[in-house]
Amino acid sequence: MNKKIDEPIEISSMTYEEAYDELARIVESLEEGEHTLEKLIDLFERGKNLSNYCKDLLNIAELKIKDINGEEFNSLN
Amino acid sequence: MVNNNPSFIKSLSVSDLSRYLREIIESDEILYDLWVQGEVSNVSKPVSGHIYFTLKDSKASLKCVVWRSKTHKFNLDLREGMEVEVHGGITVYEAGGQYQLNADSVRVRGEGGLYQEFLRLKNLMEAEGLFKPENKKPIPAIVKKVGIVTSLTGAAIQDMIQTIQRRNPLVEIVLSGSSVQGEAAPEQIVRALLKLERLESLDIILIARGGGSIEDLWSFNDERVVRAISKCRIPIITGIGHETDFTLADFAADLRAPTPTAAAEMATEVTLIDLKEQLAYQIDSMDMIFNDLIDQNKRNLQNLDKTISDHSPIRMIQSDWQSLDAIIIRMGIIQKNILLMETTRINNYSNRLSALDPYEVMKRGYSMITTKKDPRMVSSVKKISIGEELIVMVQDGKFGVNVSSIE
Repeated sequence: MNKKIDEPIEISSMTYEEAYDELARIVESLEEGEHTLEKLIDLFERGKNLSNYCKDLLNIAELKIKDINGEEFNSLN
Repeated sequence: MVNNNPSFIKSLSVSDLSRYLREIIESDEILYDLWVQGEVSNVSKPVSGHIYFTLKDSKASLKCVVWRSKTHKFNLDLREGMEVEVHGGITVYEAGGQYQLNADSVRVRGEGGLYQEFLRLKNLMEAEGLFKPENKKPIPAIVKKVGIVTSLTGAAIQDMIQTIQRRNPLVEIVLSGSSVQGEAAPEQIVRALLKLERLESLDIILIARGGGSIEDLWSFNDERVVRAISKCRIPIITGIGHETDFTLADFAADLRAPTPTAAAEMATEVTLIDLKEQLAYQIDSMDMIFNDLIDQNKRNLQNLDKTISDHSPIRMIQSDWQSLDAIIIRMGIIQKNILLMETTRINNYSNRLSALDPYEVMKRGYSMITTKKDPRMVSSVKKISIGEELIVMVQDGKFGVNVSSIE
């Protein structure tokens, strides 16, 4: 099955940077205007979902620490 | 053990003698714990991990050995010709028939000796171009993944982790542990660094060690460490010792931080607060632009609605109605005028008519005569004949007469 190039990526699988970058692109695209109302609302909804996801990530962010062999590192030792 | 009476001299085995000498030497308070100075020669570092070398001056030489268990205290990379002071205790190597120094630490000889050595190495590596500013890689502003080379048990690593957690917990940390002090440290640091360099996704590497003496930090002046830092393709920030400590690793790094904590700060230039501000800005922009666009669409729609209403048939009908009404009103006026005119005319005629009303004349005593055959009034004698019956109308009635004469 051919996947459409512009098919949106599942937000929950994104890193913060990916989600933020797409949000910034959506804002830019909204700024440029020239969208149908339907597209406009789609973009806005996607943007809202992305921004909520980003907010969540920032609010619950916890440092990921691994050692070079991929083992979790206990920072309390 | 030995009988002092010469007549009973008994020969000793070599082993006995050696053990005897060893016991004497090792129990000597001075020989047990001393510093010896001299020039290093015949350095040998076999795979066993022990280090062998000879300390000499112009007249004598002393075999020295550093057991593997003690090499961690050896901060100097021993090289031929180096003037050093070595600490340890004298012992006897029975198998070789030699006395030797079991060394456990070393320092460069004399006042500022290590600093002299530091300067020598610095000049050497500088001349080789290891510290060239143009080779420094820029530190990325946005860092997603940080590699850290340091001791996993020191205070430095905890400080760095806490600093990164506080500033930007979205950053991922990959730790590559290494001892940061002792003979084995330089090689371990290099290996830890190379392991990190092999990872694809690292944005930056921090090499750090908490504060200590110049001897403690000496591993970071090691040529192998300095070269590995200089060659690394990933930008490196060093945070070694305190503000006042400079190591050759610092010179080779792309950026020197005064402490491990400062290195962690420099690696997280963009903090969580910055990210939150950026995000809030994007969200505000998006809401504002979206609302503007919706408003604009509403306005466009209103304009269109107005335009289309302007062209609506209802409006035309209304307009037609209006002109029709105007016509009707005008017609009404015309009608009224016509009526008025007609009334006037009729009144006029009526007046004139009443002037001609024969009954009015009859009131004055005149009468009207008609024949029986012809209802028209008799206005001439020619129309009657003798004996003909005529009808005479007076004001209040009529009567018949017969014509008796015609004149």
